[in-house]
Amino acid sequence: MAPQGEPILEVRDLVKHFPLTQGIVLKRQIGAIKAVDGVSFDLHRGETLGVVGESGCGKSTLAKLLMALEQPTSGTVRVAGRDLGSARGAELKGIRRNIQMVMQDPYTSLNPRMTVGDIVGEPYEIHSEVAPKGDRRKKVQELLEVVGLNPDHINRYPHQFSGGQRQRIGIARGLALQPEIIVCDEPVSALDVSIQAQVINLLERLQNEFNLAYIFIAHDLSVVRHISDRVAVMYLGKIVEIGKDTEIYDRPSHPYTQALLSAVPVPDPEGREHRERIILQGDPPSPANPPSGCRFRTRCWKAQEICAEQEPLLQIRPGTDHESACHFAEAHDVVHVS
Amino acid sequence: MNRPAGAVDTHLSPSLFSGSLGTEPLLAVDNLHVEFTTRQGVARAVNGVSYSLDAGETLAVLGESGSGKSVTAQAIMGILDMPPARIPKGEIRFRGTDLLKLSESARSQIRGQQIAMVFQDALSALNPVFTVGWQIAEMFRVHRGMGRKAAYAKAIELMERVRIPAAKQRVNDYPHQFSGGMRQRIMIAMSIALDPEILIADEPTTALDVTVQAQIMELLAELQRESNMAMILITHDLGVVADVADKIAVMYAGRIVENAPVHDVYKNPAHPYAKGLLESIPRVDLKGQELYAIKGLPPNLLDMPTGCAFHPRCPYKQDECVTEVPPLHQISGTRSSACHYWREVLDGTAG
Repeated sequence: MAPQGEPILEVRDLVKHFPLTQGIVLKRQIGAIKAVDGVSFDLHRGETLGVVGESGCGKSTLAKLLMALEQPTSGTVRVAGRDLGSARGAELKGIRRNIQMVMQDPYTSLNPRMTVGDIVGEPYEIHSEVAPKGDRRKKVQELLEVVGLNPDHINRYPHQFSGGQRQRIGIARGLALQPEIIVCDEPVSALDVSIQAQVINLLERLQNEFNLAYIFIAHDLSVVRHISDRVAVMYLGKIVEIGKDTEIYDRPSHPYTQALLSAVPVPDPEGREHRERIILQGDPPSPANPPSGCRFRTRCWKAQEICAEQEPLLQIRPGTDHESACHFAEAHDVVHVS
Repeated sequence: MNRPAGAVDTHLSPSLFSGSLGTEPLLAVDNLHVEFTTRQGVARAVNGVSYSLDAGETLAVLGESGSGKSVTAQAIMGILDMPPARIPKGEIRFRGTDLLKLSESARSQIRGQQIAMVFQDALSALNPVFTVGWQIAEMFRVHRGMGRKAAYAKAIELMERVRIPAAKQRVNDYPHQFSGGMRQRIMIAMSIALDPEILIADEPTTALDVTVQAQIMELLAELQRESNMAMILITHDLGVVADVADKIAVMYAGRIVENAPVHDVYKNPAHPYAKGLLESIPRVDLKGQELYAIKGLPPNLLDMPTGCAFHPRCPYKQDECVTEVPPLHQISGTRSSACHYWREVLDGTAG
């Protein structure tokens, strides 16, 4: 799955600030939550970019920006060369068709009063050019079959399905418009362990079948590693490190990535006494008032004066083979026990 | 495939399970059954669970939602709503006395003082309209009869013990003013307030980020070392279990299917369900390949499969599995598996 040619998704300096206001009648802006603060990356056809980070780091806001559900404060998102920000009307509708989403919680993201057929077929109401009215039922049944559900269950309601099956319904809905990009926001975290593997396998199979590109947002780092070609690590609205999965997992060079990876419990009790553990102190600072310079410096054991003064840019650092945003970036394997 | 000749099942009575023979363990759950009466019928949430725990030990109870792991814990704590719940059979012995036979007032003496619990979702477990200091101090006021001032001082002390920064200033804050990790620390402070001998942690880190999870698990381990507390850790995270547990009880459909020291299970599971769970973990060397997935769905408690509850999903299934409930076969002194074909599972043959 080597990424080739033009990227299908180009994100440049994407910024989203949510205003904090004071006063009821005359709302004055007193600050802003800097949810996403300068994010850039490319995504190629058939590729999976994993996005990891703690809650509040801006992963989900990023997903909403990519879906044009939120207007960015600045920066651009280009889908197949077309700018999402400046598009209006029919053009915007066309772009949106190409980028769809699978939500986290299959219990709340499906309308309980609609049948499965209506849920999966609803995208056709808006984009009627994809499937003429007479064809829709057949199309929906095909989709149900593709995601491994019984096509005869088209008239059932969501509550008649288990969590894993509901997530399949959500995936079928995402596939309905034959998009090239699917944004998966924590698609398996609400599912039971034995069901997670089934859904991950389904996502991988669909990717091969339809050459889909995934943005895979998750906090489970082992799942992200399994499915991703490249991984971006976010901290307080910024990407602090991005690279191929092996680069991130075997040679992480940003201290935050190292801490994050070392915090993941390894499902093997062998040698657990000798495992390296970097335990970060405290919680991430508020995105309304991020630290100056490097945002991670308040929890970083390598922090020096320069970290407070100068913001480290996301670039390839000496001695490392992928981009990271740390003045003192240094590859250090924390996952493998020696 | 037939069962190997001479396979005599050492079919132990559950009471023999309780750790070292002769001495009574700190806590022994013995053949516990819990059922819920619902409008659709009786849901048998726990069907004969037995496990034991000694001081300083960590037992991990592993299972999916609906496997009965939390219900067992709630039965130990005595916080099940009865009705609809009912305990038709079984014993929960704490230092030799059966908790289920005690009066409610006697139980509330044990609850919190001897056996305490940390819940999964700290935001809904804490009362939003009282300050955290008030809620921690309540433990001392109710159980120890302390005055308001003394109890508050104790609360601050505890908040420092669970490493909440600036405890003195934050004692009068409300739960919503704390982050998720800090709220979980407050829950832990409340649970260890009266120096319990057993701490039951029901998915204590499931709602938290990995970095915070590492902090909380480290805190729990430290508290355990300090006071030689026994811990029951209920979780579905195979990574957390591998990190902290001494022994594991794997639950499926209200039964324990495998009971073993932690190293044994991860090296060589003896039940197909435990094996399936371990194999479905994404592994580095198998990247790009399909993940092993246990097929099918967890069973419906109202309509349990006959015989072994795992048989519709099991790669080792034989005719016998459909008709006969497998007993908990003793494999070694510390290990048991509820599978007719545990030998084959252990060998890794067939499947």
